[in-house]
Amino acid sequence: MAGIVGTLAAALIAFAVLAVLGYLLPNWLILVTTLAFAKGLVALGIVALMRGGLVSFGQGTFYCTGAYAAGLAMHSLGVADAAVLVALGAVAALILGLLIAPLLAGYRGIFFATLTLALSMIVYGILNKTYSLGGSDGFNLHAPTFFGYHPSTPHDVSYALFLFTSFVTATAAALCRIHFASVRGLLSLAARDNEIRLEYLGASVRWVSGTNFAIAAFLAGIGGALSALSLGHIDPDFAFWTTSGEFVFLAILSGYVSVTAVFVAAILLELVRSFSSQYFPNTWQGALGIFLLLIILFLPEGLGSLMRRPWPGNWPRSGPRSAKAVQMPTESVE
Amino acid sequence: MTALLETLGLRKGFGAVVAANDISITVERGQRLGLIGNNGAGKTTFVNIVTGHLRPDAGRVLLDGENITGLAPRQVRRNGVSRSFQIPQLFTSLTLEQNLLMALGILRAEGMSSWRPARSTAMMAELDSLLDRFRLRHYRDQTIAVLPGGVRKLADIAMAVTHRPKLLLLDEPTSGVAVEEKFPLMDVIMHAIEGSESTVLFVEHDMEIVGRYADRVVAFYEGRIIADGLPDAVLGNAEVQRYVTGVTL
Repeated sequence: MAGIVGTLAAALIAFAVLAVLGYLLPNWLILVTTLAFAKGLVALGIVALMRGGLVSFGQGTFYCTGAYAAGLAMHSLGVADAAVLVALGAVAALILGLLIAPLLAGYRGIFFATLTLALSMIVYGILNKTYSLGGSDGFNLHAPTFFGYHPSTPHDVSYALFLFTSFVTATAAALCRIHFASVRGLLSLAARDNEIRLEYLGASVRWVSGTNFAIAAFLAGIGGALSALSLGHIDPDFAFWTTSGEFVFLAILSGYVSVTAVFVAAILLELVRSFSSQYFPNTWQGALGIFLLLIILFLPEGLGSLMRRPWPGNWPRSGPRSAKAVQMPTESVE
Repeated sequence: MTALLETLGLRKGFGAVVAANDISITVERGQRLGLIGNNGAGKTTFVNIVTGHLRPDAGRVLLDGENITGLAPRQVRRNGVSRSFQIPQLFTSLTLEQNLLMALGILRAEGMSSWRPARSTAMMAELDSLLDRFRLRHYRDQTIAVLPGGVRKLADIAMAVTHRPKLLLLDEPTSGVAVEEKFPLMDVIMHAIEGSESTVLFVEHDMEIVGRYADRVVAFYEGRIIADGLPDAVLGNAEVQRYVTGVTL
C-alpha cells in the first residue's frame, strides 16, 4: 500500500513541477510538450502490450477514435469542456477496444501486429470516404473550456491545455505504474515469457492479452482526444499507418523499463523532430532514423534502462541487458 | 469415501501410436504414487490428460468425484491439481522471487485485489516460507535463466505447490540432475510438501528413487498398465523387470 501512496504522491509532485515549468516555458515549448504527452499516453499503451509480448502497429485506430469522438461531441453535442471531451474520447476508444480484444487476444507476434495494422487501415479508408466527417480534410475544433474556465488568449489556452494534459498524464502514468507493479501487471511479464506455465498456474493468457489491449485502447483514446484539442484539427491521418508506426517508434525509444521514460522519450522525440525539420527540412526523417538506430545499438532496452530501479513488477535486476535472446543452459547442468 | 483421483478407461492415440490404452487408476488421498515405464510408455500422456493439457479420445477423469475431463489446465489447477514439468517451465527473464510471487498471487488475484502490489507484506511472508521450505533463499534475486538445472527443478516444483494442491503431479523431478544430487533433491521436495496433505503422483525412471519415496507404484508399458501395487511387489514383477527396469532386483 505504501508503494501506491508513494506513486500517487510522486505523480502529484510531478504535476506541480510541470505546472510551474509550464508557466516559465515559451509557448512553442508548451505546445510541443502537450503534444508529446498526448502521444506518450498512446505509447504507454503500447508499452503495456509489449510487457505481455505483443506490439500493436495499429494504435492509430484508437488514437483516431478518441480524437473523432471528442471532435464529434464538440460539434454535434455542443460539449466544450476538455475533461468531458477527453473522457468521451477515452470511453469511445475503450468500447472499440473491448469489442476487438476478444478477436485479437488469441494472436501473437507478427499476426497480432499485422491484424492491428490492417484494422487501422480499414478505419483510415472509411474516414477518408466519410464526407460527413470532412473526408480526407477532416475538420477543425475550437478551443475547449476547462471546468467552466474560458481562456481568453491563445497563450492562456495553451497553458490551460498543458496543465490539463499534465494532470491527465501524471494520473495515467501513476495508475500504469501501480498496475505494472501489481500481480496483474506481473502476469503480463509472465505471458511474454512462458504461456504454458501461466496457464498451469491458473491464469488465462487470452484474458491477460485482452486486458492489456483494452488498457492500450483506453490510453490511445485519451491521447487522441488531447492531440485533437492541442492541434485544433482532426483528419484521417490520425489512423494512418505512419502515425501508428510513430507510436511504436516511441515505445521502442523509451523501452518498457520505466513509465517515466515513455514521456521523457516523447518530449525528446518531439524536440528532435522539431529541430531536425527546421534545420534539415528535407531529411528530418533520416535524422529520426539515425536517432532510433543509435538508441537500439547503445540502449537496447530504451531510454528507460538508464532509470532502472529494483521495483516489483519491474524487470529483472540481474537479467539480460541486451536485446539478444537469452541462452538457456542445458538440462544436464551440474 | 471417494477416491481423490479416479481415471476410467482413458484412451489416447497419436496416429498409429496408442499412448494411453484403457488406463483406469484410483488414487487415494495422501498416497505417494510412482509412475514408471520406459520412454513412450504413456506416463507423461497420462499426466497431460489429468492436468488438461490433452483431451482423451475416450474415458473420464474424476477428481473428488467431479468430472474434470477436458477442462483447460487453468481450470484443472483451480480444481486443486498442480504439476511440475520434466523440463522446468519457468519465467526465464524474471527473478526467482518474481516467479514465486506470480505463483502465489495468481489464484488470489480476483477482481480489484489483483491490482494490489505484488510485494505485499502477506505475500512476502509466504514467499519467505516457500523459499525456506525449498532451500532457495540464496537464489532469490537471481534471474531464472542463470540458475543451475537442479535449482530450476526445485523452483518449478515450488511454483506448483504454492496453493497446497490436492493432487500434485511431478514429471520426472530428478531428470537432468547429477546422480549424487538426486536423493538430496527428492529429500528437499518431500520435506517441503510434508504436512501439506497433498497427494503426490510422480513419474520417475530411477528405481531407487521410486523404491524409497513411493508407497505405491504403477508400471506402464506401451500405453497400458502392466503392474500396480506396493513398490516391492511391482519392482519384483517379472513383466516389469522384463519391459521396464530391465534388471532383476
